[in-house]
Amino acid sequence: MPPTPNEPILKVRGLSIAYPIAIGTVRAVEGASLELGDGEALGLVGESGCGKSTLGLAILRLVRPPGRITAGRILYHGRDILAMREAEVRGLRGRAITMAFQNPLTSLNPLVRIDRQFLETIRQHEPSVRRSEALKRAERILEELGVEPRRLFEYPHQLSGGMRQRVMLGLGLVMNPDILVADEPTTALDVIVEAGFIDLLNRLRRDLKLSILLITHNLGMVAEIADRLAVMYAGKIVEVGTAEAVFHRPLHPYTHGLIHCVPNIRLDQDKLATMGGSPPDLVEPPPGCRFHPRCPRVMDVCRREEPPLADHRDGQRAACWLYGGVV
Amino acid sequence: MAGTRGARYSAAGWLARLLGRLTTARRKYGAEWWILIAGAVVILFTIYMAAFPQTLAPYDPLDQETGPQLAPPSSAHPMGTDNLSRDVLSRMIHGSRTILGVAFAAAILSSVIGIPLGLLSGFLGGAVDRVLSLIMDSIYAFPGLILAIAFAAMLGPGVVNITLSVAVIYIPTYFRLVRGQTLSIKQELYVEAARAIGARQRTILGRYIFPNVIATVVVIFSLNIADAIMTEAALSYIGLGLPAGIPDWGMDLSMGKKFLPSGVWWMITFPGAMISVLALGFTMLGEGLSEILNPRLLEK
Amino acid sequence: MKNLLRYALTRILLTIPMLWILLTLVFVVLRIMPGDPVSAMLGGHAPERVIQQKKEELGLNRPLLVQYFDYLGELARLDLGNSMIFNQKVSQPLLEKLPATLELTLVGMGFTMLIGIPLGAYAASRRRTGRDFGIRLFGNVAYCIPVFWMGLMLQLFFGIWLDLLPIAGRTGPRVYVADFQKTGFYLLDTLLAGQWASFADVALHLLLPSLTLGIVLSGIFIRLTRANMLDTLKADYVLAARARGIPERRVVYGHALKNAFIPVLTMLGLQFAALLAGAILTETTFSWPGMGRLLVERIYLRDYPTIQGVIVVFAFFVSVISLAVDLIYAAIDPRVRY
Repeated sequence: MPPTPNEPILKVRGLSIAYPIAIGTVRAVEGASLELGDGEALGLVGESGCGKSTLGLAILRLVRPPGRITAGRILYHGRDILAMREAEVRGLRGRAITMAFQNPLTSLNPLVRIDRQFLETIRQHEPSVRRSEALKRAERILEELGVEPRRLFEYPHQLSGGMRQRVMLGLGLVMNPDILVADEPTTALDVIVEAGFIDLLNRLRRDLKLSILLITHNLGMVAEIADRLAVMYAGKIVEVGTAEAVFHRPLHPYTHGLIHCVPNIRLDQDKLATMGGSPPDLVEPPPGCRFHPRCPRVMDVCRREEPPLADHRDGQRAACWLYGGVV
Repeated sequence: MAGTRGARYSAAGWLARLLGRLTTARRKYGAEWWILIAGAVVILFTIYMAAFPQTLAPYDPLDQETGPQLAPPSSAHPMGTDNLSRDVLSRMIHGSRTILGVAFAAAILSSVIGIPLGLLSGFLGGAVDRVLSLIMDSIYAFPGLILAIAFAAMLGPGVVNITLSVAVIYIPTYFRLVRGQTLSIKQELYVEAARAIGARQRTILGRYIFPNVIATVVVIFSLNIADAIMTEAALSYIGLGLPAGIPDWGMDLSMGKKFLPSGVWWMITFPGAMISVLALGFTMLGEGLSEILNPRLLEK
Repeated sequence: MKNLLRYALTRILLTIPMLWILLTLVFVVLRIMPGDPVSAMLGGHAPERVIQQKKEELGLNRPLLVQYFDYLGELARLDLGNSMIFNQKVSQPLLEKLPATLELTLVGMGFTMLIGIPLGAYAASRRRTGRDFGIRLFGNVAYCIPVFWMGLMLQLFFGIWLDLLPIAGRTGPRVYVADFQKTGFYLLDTLLAGQWASFADVALHLLLPSLTLGIVLSGIFIRLTRANMLDTLKADYVLAARARGIPERRVVYGHALKNAFIPVLTMLGLQFAALLAGAILTETTFSWPGMGRLLVERIYLRDYPTIQGVIVVFAFFVSVISLAVDLIYAAIDPRVRY
């Protein structure tokens, strides 16, 4: 896998998302930039509430009021999604770019039979497709995902959690999209199902030539799929690099802490490693680097100035004053 | 915090907290705040009207010689006169006493019966609970007005009878509410009982459950009065209400109905509007309160 | 399908105890109440002997329990007794007037849903905007307006001032009911008989009273639909549907509303009870020859068997509607029956 994508299929530039609440405005995402290469799997990791899910939603312009995208561009094949007309974006959704969500139990309309949900999706993008053809496509994708075609004629509550997750994936993939944005796809599932899911995603990448943006806080899962990683903290991207580099040679102190928090079954650990402090208030974030109150290597400049996301070595980038900061 | 246990339960402390919450609410819930204020204003004004009608009414509501018969609104009679030459405005003002009195009394009666029954049923559980719940659910499912009509028909005219008739149909509302809360208290208690700290249970009761129950009851009470107003008006409209001597909005409406075809609009417009406004006042008070004291309590 | 049938059977069986409780309730109210109906009926000044004789005649001196079982027995045989005032069986005027009330109530319910549900769904989709508040205000105000007052105001406006619509009765002076009378549902009957002019006349007469019912009760539906839609619109499958490119209108009205509709449907059952109550008031206002007006008339005449008969019929309908709602619920929501 090349260290940097030569032809990013998706480029996010300076994305900022905010939503007003009673006591102020939450700056959920600020100035985030990343790229997804063609055929690549990019993991977007961070703790709960760091803004990664919001970023994922923004790609398909699914951020609902009162949340607003306040700045930035999202370029798909060079065209800015944020500048498109609503109808155009709708054409992209489920067809060129698709999303898979966290909770399979509630992500499928319980009142509608599975086949009709497929029909609706297919007909939305290709209104002239005949029913028999549409059902065939549905069957094919379900087979690819390991679900028996007879399930098409059942209702969501009759399927197990793992199966529902696959059906939901199927609904997203039936139109053969280029990009899959998977938001915590296995959080609601048990680890065995999760392992199967990881294999599934890898296979899909190969067979369907899918580019995947995997949003998760599960580092273990990310390690087995992602080519590259982007680490998010408090709404900002703090590190980007190949999976191998980020795991073994993390630059940003946050990344470092994150990696070392994952318990290692082979080590003899008495205490689990933790990071001191708690995630910052996103209404009034700390000045300078948002991580500085918790950073074990904090310097004076960190308290005053926000470090930009700068190239370091071999395409690995970090937003940290430890590594200079000249863009 | 241990030393301030007295303050926690004191009425003054609770009132202070309530006022505090109301002021915060004003900032947070702009629209609901004004709704509440509007409702409160209407209610307070109506209470004044009911308590001191003589200060507002230009004529005696029973006086049948205040001027021309069936006269449209004029400066002498801002709401016109009825078929017996009585001043409509004065009848409206005096009538507020009847409707407010009945509605209030009925609501109090309903709550006084429904709340203890709900407590009992929830607390005892078992067969008692099941039987009571079944009865209450059946009453609840039955159209309230029809039941009230049945009662009123059997009891006959009179203020007390009307109040009883209206009160009966709201008992299940309080019953269900309090029973539900009691059931969740019971659960909490059993859970906490495992910790066997007596004071802890009382704290939970006093600090969390009780204020919520009070808040809910207050809201329901307000909405109850709104409904009772409508029911009382309906009963007197049908003719089941009060003897002719007492001014009553519902009855005036049914009287005015006869003269509608001749174009006499003021005999029906004003009584009906008064009923609506008063009911709306209590509804807005109830809904505003519910949003502020307990957001999302009543399916907002 | 099989599951649906099994559920239906169970549910129908459950209706019986509920109905029994309601009927008992009616009995309790009408017999165990203070106040003596007989002396009231006889004018309040009749000699004691006459009162006792009448009571004996009507079987009111027997032990309560005996009266109760007699009452149940009669009802089981669908015998509602005889009128105390007129020389007729209670069921006679009742059956005559029943279709009138049903027609009014059903069309009224139609209006309620037509007004309430779309407005509620729309308000939910435009949450916390001016339109949302406006619709909610309308709903609240509508609910607080007494149904009889709304009827009178509509009469005043459309009937008297504008002279556009009739304000009393089911038919006009030039329409002969005998020409088409069949089921008692005049809308249906006139269509079946092919009498278009009569159909128009009947429809116009039905318009104001049912609209009155519809508007006043739509408030509840607006609120309930809106509340349920707000919850539903936050659901994950709504987001997932949007993410597949389904257009917003289809998401709101096709996916969300369908799910939100279920609790609304339950409310429909309860609202039918309210509609029946409102029908009584509406019939009085519009001189509509239905059961409601019959009830009021007979109350005035103190004809207690008829009063009881009408209320029993109301109780019966409440149970039936509740049953029907549950069955429809099961038909829509597959989770209930599997």
